[in-house]
Amino acid sequence: MATFTERMGPVLLLWLAVCLSGTWAVDKGNFKTCDQSAFCKRQRAVKPGESPYRALLETMELTNTRLTLQLINDNNKVRLLLELYRLQGNITRVKINELKPLKPRYEVPDVLIREPPTEPLSLLSQDENGVVLSLGAESQRVIVSARPFRLDIVEGRDVLMSLNSRGLLGFEHLRMRKDTQADPEAENKEGTDPANQAETATEEEEKVEDGMWEETFKSHTDSKPNGPSAISLDFSLPGVENVYGIPEHADTLKLKTTDSGDPYRLYNLDVFQYELYNPMALYGGVPVMLAHNVQRTTGIFWLNAAETWVDISSNTAGKTVFGKMLDYVQGSSETPQTDVRWISESGIIDVFLMLGPTPRDVFSQYASLTGTQAFPPLASLGYHQCRWNYNDQEDVRSVDAGFDEHDIPYDFIWLDIEHTDGKRYFTWDPHKFASPKEMLQGLLDKKRKMVAIVDPHIKVDTNYKIHNEIRSQGFYVKNKDGADYEGWCWPGSAGYPDFTRPDMRAWWASQFAYDKYEGAMENLNTWNDMNEPSVFNGPEVTMHKDAMHGSWEHRELHNLYGLYVHMATAQGLLERSGGTERPFVLTRAFFAGSQRYGAVWTGDNAAEWEHLKISIPMCLSMGLVGISFCGADVGGFFKSPSTELLVRWYQTGAYQPFFRAHAHLDTPRREPWLFGPENTALIREAVRQRYTFLPYWYQLLYHAYRTGEPVMRPLWVEYPQDPATFALDDEFLLGRNLLVHPVTEEGARGVTAYLPGKDEAWFDIHTFQKHNGGQNLYIPVTMSSIPVFQRGGSIIPRKLRVRRSSTCMEHDPYTLYVALNNQRTAEGELYIDDGHTFNYEKKEFIHRRFSFTNNVLSSANLEPDTQFTTKSWVERIIILGASKPSMITLKSADGEENQLEFDFDASMSVLTIRKPGMNAGADWTVTLQ
Amino acid sequence: MVKFSHFVLLLLFGGAMTVEVQRPRGVPLSKRQFYEEDKPFTCLDGSRTIPFDRVNDDYCDCPDGSDEPGTAACPNGNFHCTNAGFRPAFIPSSRVNDGICDCCDTTDEYNSGADCQNTCRELGRKEKEELQKIAEIAKEGFMLKKQLIQEAKQGLEDKKAKLGDVQDSKKDLEAKVEALRTVKETAEQPEKEAKERHLKAWEDQKAVIRMEKDKARMAAVFLELDDDADGSVSVAELQSHSELDPDSDGSFTESEAQGLLGGVEKVDTVAFETVWNNIKEKYVSENQPNADVPPAGESPQEETRDTVSDNDSENYPDEDIPEEEDDEDEEEDDEMDEEDYKAPPAMQTDEKTKDDDEEGPMPPYDQETQALIDGAQKARDEFNEAEKALREVEDQIRNLEKEISFDFGPSSEFAYLYSQCYELTTGEYVYRLCPFNRVSQKPKFGGSETSLGTWGKWAGPEDNIYSVMKYEHGTGCWQGPNRSTIVKLTCGKETVVTSTSEPSRCEYLMEFISPAICQEPASFDSGHPDHEEL
Repeated sequence: MATFTERMGPVLLLWLAVCLSGTWAVDKGNFKTCDQSAFCKRQRAVKPGESPYRALLETMELTNTRLTLQLINDNNKVRLLLELYRLQGNITRVKINELKPLKPRYEVPDVLIREPPTEPLSLLSQDENGVVLSLGAESQRVIVSARPFRLDIVEGRDVLMSLNSRGLLGFEHLRMRKDTQADPEAENKEGTDPANQAETATEEEEKVEDGMWEETFKSHTDSKPNGPSAISLDFSLPGVENVYGIPEHADTLKLKTTDSGDPYRLYNLDVFQYELYNPMALYGGVPVMLAHNVQRTTGIFWLNAAETWVDISSNTAGKTVFGKMLDYVQGSSETPQTDVRWISESGIIDVFLMLGPTPRDVFSQYASLTGTQAFPPLASLGYHQCRWNYNDQEDVRSVDAGFDEHDIPYDFIWLDIEHTDGKRYFTWDPHKFASPKEMLQGLLDKKRKMVAIVDPHIKVDTNYKIHNEIRSQGFYVKNKDGADYEGWCWPGSAGYPDFTRPDMRAWWASQFAYDKYEGAMENLNTWNDMNEPSVFNGPEVTMHKDAMHGSWEHRELHNLYGLYVHMATAQGLLERSGGTERPFVLTRAFFAGSQRYGAVWTGDNAAEWEHLKISIPMCLSMGLVGISFCGADVGGFFKSPSTELLVRWYQTGAYQPFFRAHAHLDTPRREPWLFGPENTALIREAVRQRYTFLPYWYQLLYHAYRTGEPVMRPLWVEYPQDPATFALDDEFLLGRNLLVHPVTEEGARGVTAYLPGKDEAWFDIHTFQKHNGGQNLYIPVTMSSIPVFQRGGSIIPRKLRVRRSSTCMEHDPYTLYVALNNQRTAEGELYIDDGHTFNYEKKEFIHRRFSFTNNVLSSANLEPDTQFTTKSWVERIIILGASKPSMITLKSADGEENQLEFDFDASMSVLTIRKPGMNAGADWTVTLQ
Repeated sequence: MVKFSHFVLLLLFGGAMTVEVQRPRGVPLSKRQFYEEDKPFTCLDGSRTIPFDRVNDDYCDCPDGSDEPGTAACPNGNFHCTNAGFRPAFIPSSRVNDGICDCCDTTDEYNSGADCQNTCRELGRKEKEELQKIAEIAKEGFMLKKQLIQEAKQGLEDKKAKLGDVQDSKKDLEAKVEALRTVKETAEQPEKEAKERHLKAWEDQKAVIRMEKDKARMAAVFLELDDDADGSVSVAELQSHSELDPDSDGSFTESEAQGLLGGVEKVDTVAFETVWNNIKEKYVSENQPNADVPPAGESPQEETRDTVSDNDSENYPDEDIPEEEDDEDEEEDDEMDEEDYKAPPAMQTDEKTKDDDEEGPMPPYDQETQALIDGAQKARDEFNEAEKALREVEDQIRNLEKEISFDFGPSSEFAYLYSQCYELTTGEYVYRLCPFNRVSQKPKFGGSETSLGTWGKWAGPEDNIYSVMKYEHGTGCWQGPNRSTIVKLTCGKETVVTSTSEPSRCEYLMEFISPAICQEPASFDSGHPDHEEL
C-alpha cells in the first residue's frame, strides 16, 4: 500500500504537494534526524567519559533470584534502582528504573511470553569496589563495579560484555515542570529523603534545555507534559567486529558504524518510497542486536517500545585489511571491539543479555523470552497473487482463471483497500464486490484462498457500525485533551482504536466472527497494513506522541501499536474457527514478539534492482530476531519492473519465506502471463520450483515454530567460524540444507556464490553437479537460472507433482533427495500434518527422521507418541553423489522385503530408485548393495 | 499407495452408433494405437521403451509424460476427457485426482473422492443453444454488414464525386482570390498615401498646440515663482522649490539655484525661457494637485497613469482559471482561433483611442481621403471573404481526402462509424466512444470530461487486425501513463458499447458490438463439433 493516492480528499492534496515534489525518493525532510529529536540530540551530546553513576553497595540485596542495589548520580543525587536477574538458558536481565519516580514509568507489557524463569545467583566476592556474582555454570561471572558504576560479564578470562564502561548510562528522571526560577533554598543535608534531595539538587544543577518540555517538528508540536524522560546505556563487546539485527532498516545485513551519521533508528513509520542503505526507521522495529565473532554469538534485547536510536562504533571499522594485517604482524593490535549505545525516549532500561554461546543458543534464548514464529497454514507457504487492486469479482475470477490457463500454481489472491465500501474495513464495495461469498466459494472450489485487507484506522462516519461501536465503548485512542484522536488516512478522517486495551482487542477479535464480518468465509484471511500507525497528517506520518492510551502517552508504546493490531487480528481469525484453525495474518508494522502472530513483509518497496537485492538482508535481519515468515513484494510495489527484473524477482521470491507479488494501483498490470510466453514459462518454472519444495518449507517453519531458529538464515549462522561468511548478504541458507544465491544483477551472465564448509559438498539442485565447499564458485547463468545448492549430508523431501494449489497436492507422493557428503552419509526430516489446524498440538502429526549411513537409508519416527495418517507415499528416491549398487532392497516395518528398480547416471553419480512405494509415515529401510 | 485399473471401458454414443473402445485411461482415440496391451510401450517421443504394465502405473517413466496419460505422475502429461455429449478436452495431468472436477464426464476424478456430476449433456445442450444464437446473430449481422459495405461503397463514390466538385470550385476560388487581391492592393496604395498626409497634418498641428501649451505653462510658472512679483525670478525664489535640486542630495544650495538661473542672481521672463527648459521636467506646481495643468506629453507620470487605466478597463479576463477548464475548452479554442483570424485586427482602434487622449481627437478625414478608405475597405472585405471561402473549401477537401483514404476495414464496412458517437452509462460515469476520433469519460453527476485517448490504430492480432481499436494519448495519469483505451469489437446486430473497464490503471477496455465485424457464418447445419474423433 502506498501512503496516498490521487483519489484522496483535498486536505491531503496539500500534504501530498509537500511530500511529493515530483521525485521518486523518500522525502527525508518528513522524518527526524537524531538532531531533530530532542532526546536523541541531548543524549548523543553526552560523550564517553567517567560516569556520574555510583553503585551504593550498602543498599545491595541479594535473594535467591535477584540482586538489587541503588545507583546514585553524583551530579544530581537522583537514585536509581538496579535489578539483576539470572534467567534460565544463559540470559542475564538488567533492569534500571528510578528508585522513586514521580509517577510510574512505562514497562513494556505483552511482549514477553511469561515472566522469565530465573536461576539462582550467588555472591562470589565483595569489597568496597564492587561485587562479583556467579552466573552459574561455565565460570561465568558478573562484576558490579561501584565507582563509577559498571557491569562486566566475564567468562573465564574473557570479558563478554560490559555495560556503562563508556559512562553513557543516562536516566532523565521525571520532574515537576518549573514555571519559575529555581528555589534558592537548596538543601544538601545528609539524611534527608533521597527523593527530595534529588529534586532539590536537580533544580540546582540541571538546566532546562530546548525540547525538554515541548518540541516542534515541522508544523507539529509535541506538548510533552511529562518532560524529559530519556534513557541511555552503552554496551562494549570486546573481540566483536560483527553486529546484526535491529530491524527494520533498508541496509546491509552486517550493521555499519554510525559515527559519521545518524544512529540506526527504531520508530515504526510509514515511509513513502524508502531509500536504501541508510539507518532511517521503517515500518517495524525489533530492539534486538546480535554480536558475533568466531568464538561466540551473543545478543542484546533492549525491551523498550518508545522511539529508540542505536549507535554503533568500532575500533577496527576504519582500518583497512592491510592495517589489520600490520597490527597482526606487529602484534601491536588492540583487541577489536564494538561499542553499542542504546537511547530511548522514555520508559525504563530493561535489557536481556543473551549470552549464547552459539547462534542457535541465542535464537533459543530469545525465543524463550518472546516466543517463536507462529506455525502458519501450509497453504500460506505457496504463492500469493496481490495487486492494489483487483477491481471487482469479475477481475478476481479472470485472474484466477488466468493461473489455470497458464498452468501456474497459486494459493492466495489478495484484495487491497479498494474492495471495501469507502475504506470501511469489514465491508465490501456493494457494486464491485456485491457477492463476496460467491467469489470466495469460487476460490474454495479450486482449493484456493483469499486475503482481504483490514487496516486499523476507522472511518469517522456515524453510518459505519464499526466506528459507532468503537466510539460508544470509548475504545478510540484519545488526544491530549481527552477527545477521540482523529487523523487522516485512506478513508479521510479516521479514529484509531486503542489496541493496547485488552477489552478493545477482544472486541476487535470478535468482529471477525462469521456472523459479524459479512461475506467472510473460512478461506478468507487478513492483512493488517498501515498499523505503524500511519496518520497522513500526523508528525512523521504517524500518531502524535502526546495522544493517550488510557493513562499512558503514545510516546511510551508507539512501537507496540502494530504488534497489538496484529495480535488482535490473529486472535479474531483464531476465535472465528472456535480455536481450531491456524490464522494467517500479514502485518507491515512489528515489534519484538510479532513473530507469534504471523507474517511480515518489507513494505512499500520499488521495482528496482537495488530493491530486489535489499530484500535479502532485510529478511535475513528479521529472521535473526525471530521473524521467520518474511518476504518482499515480488516485482516491487512502486513503479513498473522491466520483464527481466520481474522474472528475477520471482526467482528470488520463490526461495524466500513469504512469496507474494504485489503492485501499486498506478502501475500497469503484471500478472505472470502478461510478458510473452517465454517469460510466462520462466515465471511458471520459478513458482513450480517453490511448490516442489513445500514439504521442506513446511518442515522449516515447523522447526522455526518449535525452536525460534530462522528459516532464511545468513551463512554465518551455520558456519560461525568462517569469517568469509560474516558479511555475506547476496546469498543465504534455507534451514541448513539449501544455499540460494539468486541472480539480482541486471543482465547478469554469471554469479559468484560462496560455498561454505571446507569439508562440505554442495549439489546444484538442477544439474546435480557436485561442488566442494570452502570456495567461491562462478556460476554462468541464463534467464532460467536460479543458483540453488543442496548440502551434501542432507535429505530433502519434495513433491514433484505440482498442482493448482498446495491443498491440491496434499495426498501426493514424495521424492526424497539424498545428497551424500564426503563421508557418504546424509540425514533429513519430514514433517506432515493436516496443514491447517492446531491438531499438531494434540500430537496429530508425522515427524520422520531419514538417515543414510553405510549404504542404508532408513526412516525412523522422531516423535513416537504421535498419531497421524497420510495417504502420501514415497514415489522416488534420488541419491546424489552415489555409486552404482548391484541391488537395492526395501524392507518394510513388517519385515517384508522387496527389490527395487533403479537407474544410475554415471556422469553425475545420480542414483534414482524407482517407486519404492512405502507410506510416508511408515518405518522402512532401503539397503544398497 | 494408489491402486486402480489400467483400463477403462468406454461407451461412446455417437448418433445411433454405439462403439466399445478399450484403451488406457486418459488416452484419446487418436492415440490408441500407441498403447497396445501386452506389448512394450515406447514413449511417444521415442526416448525409451518400457513394459506395458508401467503405463498408468502412477510413476513417470517417459520424459514426455506419455506413459502416464491417466495419472498425475508426470509433470508434463495430459489427460484426455472424452466428455461424451460435449467437447472432448485435454487437461494437464496435474488436474487428475486433485479433488476438483475438471472434465464434465467426471473421468479426471476417479480416485480422489470428489463428488463430481456428469454435466456434459447439459453443457452440450447449452453450448449448442449458444452457438445457434451466435450463428443467428452472425447471420443477421453479416447481412447488415453487406449492406454497410454497399453503403460505404456508395458513400465513397459520393465523396469522391464531391471531392471532384469541390476541387473544381477551389480552382475558381483561387482565381477569384487573386483577382480580388489585385483590386485590394490597387485600392490600398492611394488610401495609404492619403492617410499619411492626413496624419502628417495632424502631427504638425499637434506640435503647434503643444508648444503653445508649454509657453502658457512657463508663463504661469514664472508668475508662481516670482513670489515678490518683481517681474523676475530670483535665486531665493527658485530655492523655495526644493524638487529642483539638481543633485537631489536634499539641500538645494544657493549656488545650485544660481547655476540653474545661468549664473545670474535673477532672470526676467525672457531669460526664464532658457531656465524653463532646464527645470520643467522636475517642476512641481504649488497648486498641485491640479488636473488642469497636465504635465508634458512624454512625462513618465503620463505613462504610469495610462498603464493603470488600461488595466482597469481590462478586468474581464480571469487569470485564475484552473487548468482543467482550459483543457476542456481546448477544442472550442481552436475554433475560436479561426474566428479571430478572420476578424479585422483590433489594434488600430486601440491606438486611435490612445491618441485621442492627448490633444483631443484627430480631426475626421476629409471627404476625399474617406472615400479612398471606404473603397479600400470594401476591396479588403471582398478579398477576405473570398479567402475565407477558399480556406473552407480547402478544409472540405482535406476532410474528404482524409475520409476517403481512411482505413475503414477491408471493405470499408466500418465507415458508417465515422463521425458517430456511442455512449455507455455506468454507475459513476458516462463513457463516450466516437470511433476513429476519441474516447472519453465524464462523471455522471457533474465534473469535467477526461479523454481516454484519441484514435490510434487498428490493433487486433495479425490474422484479425480489425477486431481491436486502440485509442492513445488521453489525459495523463498522476504518476502514471497517459490514458489509453482498447476497444474490442464483436459481432452483433446493433452498434453499441456493452461494457467498459479499467483492467490496469489508466488503461481502459471497451467492448463494442457492431455488425461490421461479423464474419460470414460457416454453414452450421452439419451439427456438433464433438464428433471429431469418431
